[in-house]
Amino acid sequence: MTSVAESLTKTSVQPGPIARLLDWKPFLIVICLLPAVGLLMAFLTYPLGLGIWLAFTDTKIGRSGIFIGLENFTSLAHDPIFWLSVFNTIFYTALATVLKFSLGLWLALLLNEYMPFKALIRAIVLVPWIVPTVLSAMAFWWIYDPQFSIISYFFKEVVPVRENNFDFLGTNWPARFSLIAANVWRGIPFVAISLLAGLQTISPSLYEAAMLDGATTWHRFRYVTVPMLMPVLSVVLTFSVIFTFTDFQLVYAITRGGPNNATHLMATLAFQRGIPGGQLGEGAAIAVAMIPFLVAATLISYFGLARRKWQQGEDSD
Amino acid sequence: MASVDIIDAGKFFGALRIIKGVNIPISDGEFVILVGPSGCGKSTLLRMIAGLEEISEGEIRIGSRVVNEVPPKERDIAMVFQNYALYPHMTVADNMAFSLKLKQASKSEITAKVDRAAKILGLGPLLERYPRQLSGGQRQRVAMGRAIVRDPQVFLFDEPLSNLDAKLRVQMRTEIKELHQRLKTTTIYVTHDQIEAMTMADRIVVMHDGIVEQMGAPLDLYDRPANLFVAGFIGSPAMNMLKGTIRGSSFETENGNRLPLAAAPAASEGRRAIYGMRPENIHLAGDGIPAEVVVVEPTGAETQVVVKAGGDELICVLRERISAKPGETIRITPDLRLIHLFDAEDGRRLTA
Amino acid sequence: MTDAVQQASTAPARTGAISWRSTPNRVVTIYLPLACFVFVLLFPFYWMTITALKPNQELYNYKDYNPFFVHSPTLTNVRKLLFETDYPQWLMTTMMIAVAATVLSIFAAVLAAYAIQRLRFRGAQWVGLAIYLAYLVPPSILFIPLATVVFKLGLYDSPFALILTYPTFLVPFCTWLLIGYFKSIPYELEECAMIDGATRLQILRKITLPLAVPGLISAGIFAFTLSWNEFIYALAFIQSSEKKTVPVAVLTQLVQGDDYQWGSLMAGALFGSIPVALFYSFFVDYYVSSLTGAVKE
Repeated sequence: MTSVAESLTKTSVQPGPIARLLDWKPFLIVICLLPAVGLLMAFLTYPLGLGIWLAFTDTKIGRSGIFIGLENFTSLAHDPIFWLSVFNTIFYTALATVLKFSLGLWLALLLNEYMPFKALIRAIVLVPWIVPTVLSAMAFWWIYDPQFSIISYFFKEVVPVRENNFDFLGTNWPARFSLIAANVWRGIPFVAISLLAGLQTISPSLYEAAMLDGATTWHRFRYVTVPMLMPVLSVVLTFSVIFTFTDFQLVYAITRGGPNNATHLMATLAFQRGIPGGQLGEGAAIAVAMIPFLVAATLISYFGLARRKWQQGEDSD
Repeated sequence: MASVDIIDAGKFFGALRIIKGVNIPISDGEFVILVGPSGCGKSTLLRMIAGLEEISEGEIRIGSRVVNEVPPKERDIAMVFQNYALYPHMTVADNMAFSLKLKQASKSEITAKVDRAAKILGLGPLLERYPRQLSGGQRQRVAMGRAIVRDPQVFLFDEPLSNLDAKLRVQMRTEIKELHQRLKTTTIYVTHDQIEAMTMADRIVVMHDGIVEQMGAPLDLYDRPANLFVAGFIGSPAMNMLKGTIRGSSFETENGNRLPLAAAPAASEGRRAIYGMRPENIHLAGDGIPAEVVVVEPTGAETQVVVKAGGDELICVLRERISAKPGETIRITPDLRLIHLFDAEDGRRLTA
Repeated sequence: MTDAVQQASTAPARTGAISWRSTPNRVVTIYLPLACFVFVLLFPFYWMTITALKPNQELYNYKDYNPFFVHSPTLTNVRKLLFETDYPQWLMTTMMIAVAATVLSIFAAVLAAYAIQRLRFRGAQWVGLAIYLAYLVPPSILFIPLATVVFKLGLYDSPFALILTYPTFLVPFCTWLLIGYFKSIPYELEECAMIDGATRLQILRKITLPLAVPGLISAGIFAFTLSWNEFIYALAFIQSSEKKTVPVAVLTQLVQGDDYQWGSLMAGALFGSIPVALFYSFFVDYYVSSLTGAVKE
């Protein structure tokens, strides 16, 4: 440390005006924050506002629009496909989230146990999450093929319980479930690894104390693991809900919203109406309609995030 | 009957031996302290009694029941952990009531037991607080309260005072001792602090490298340590130890000092041995050996003096205050009745 | 007695409560479900790979060829992908965009994290919070207005459209990570240097940054992966086929008409995944630590 200090102070001639300016705290704060805040302002905050504004216009691609008030929204309100997409999005988010978290928690609990090659297994488990979504979505598209699905093959030839191929993507409900399965597949690693991190912060002596107090495995899970995991769970849940709700890639890659709009999420519908359809105003309106749901989800999770009474005070342990 | 018997206990992790051949009988109501340096196996032994570690060899009995295969919650024991292990998301009252709640005890029973424990430990006003809002000493008391509510046959303490500051430690020592006198439950306590062991135990078990070095009442260990390790471990400042040879009725150190012996053990002329004298057993004497003062450390009640006698460096704890300064010479002699002799090879006690 | 010794050798190291379950039980409750998870998580990649390597007559014929294995692997699909499509071009474009966006984002994030965490100023935590919240604004809401912005700036169909818009989701996450890392560097080190006469920028350069290198690597790796994974902006802002990024190109350019050439498609998907997977395999620890670090905050 002293040598660094020496080398710094040896050149301690009165620094030039620019250097002095850079040392002036307020100035330094401003230029440090400038790149990040500047980028975000330009490409996030401004577009957000713009998007909300666009929702109230009739802008089309290549042609600016004029303010039309709530027209976009009223026409959407009478659009059954829009309401279908709302339903799809909520259903998709709810079911996928429940599955992701139950399975993810289970996997996290498994990975928390003592086992050989734990690091390797953990690394393998993350792979579905690392690979670009679209590409693994294409793999699922192929797995769900009406003629050549490997799953159909398995249940027809290997374990002969079926006559016909599964129709994964041809009809409404199977398509929805198939997409949810793909989404869950992709999401489990993130949930599992994050929850695992949370599990590892729980001091083992708490489990020992509980064991001595007479707790069974289930009791330890319910009274120690779950409450202590809540903060981490809320954070991960918030992210998961938001990103599942606004999911685009998976649905676009596999079904483009079909069949019969049965799998259109609000995001894919917004894209379809806005870009190929050219109706930017309408697309923006659909996107804006997502905002209330997202705000609700964030607020709900915030109450989970908010430091509970028992977390306040000085550090324990 | 809440006696505890550790019979020939051993613990292995693969090829690594942690504990071997440990035999400790503990009678009902006794306060036994396992003491030793870090890594000696005392915590592992405690955890084996609790059921948190497998017992590789031997038996552990609680009462007359062999508990090797009995899960912790059925052993009727309670444990106070070093880091308290309080459930952070539960109030003090809920923490203490947890075991009863799991047993589905009635609300009135829970309230009665929790209140009783709270009264004993003075936790009444803290019942609705969360662990994070408590000080270290308060958390420690809650951990003890949780153990008391269980009303077990045996209390286990795993270095409960290590995380407290010095003053609080002294206070809590007394509280724990009083608690034991009041509840009369068999207690097994682990610490690395020999002062805690000396002040609180009915019986001390000194452990080192996985084996028991000596067992006995505190003063027995102080007065008659069975080997070098116990002699050096018990007592603070540690016993002065000088290597040398027995010559007739005196001891010649390697540095040429001649120290007196009350009586040489039989057939020991010329034997290589280690001469031990406790700092507090060294006194000023006009005809003693000359020693040059190195450092004087007055603590108020006593004076600790580090001296050099020839090539031997010694620590003395004198009751009187001395005017000698570093560099000056004083004359010292040990109390003849309180000299310890140990074999130079294996450290065993030699004096009768 | 021997039972106890045997149990001791299978007992877990001091990682916490010993399990009072016996070994066979452990296989059923832990290893079996784990094996199922790993199988399910990896199977699609296996399926993707063997499809890419199968010749067409094997691919569509389940009667004669067991679909679980490749019987006579061929590199035709791979060759077609690498030499008859613009794949190398797409790869280069995606790499360039990912690297540029990462560098830009890390630069912005480091400065912002330093300002928030180290140059303690009033309202720092609000700025931090605002940046975190930015991460929660999903691209699928922003892409339409951003498309108009991109167009107005004349960046439509140019890689700069992506290089400048990717930081909107990269910067918040990286800032978050780096704040966490800066927190772990004791402030005393900087105070010591300040007393010794260093300017703030010198402290940043010579003390804080070197110590935060693991965090920088984690953030960079994460940003790189997220850039590769981005789809909707790349789909919306880039038109010309040769300028597309790999995920978009593989989905849109390899499907001609209604006849899906699954062999080629899977080859495309496979080769689209390989760069990131390769990158991941070298930096696994950094990925896991950045995920866990983010969550622990």
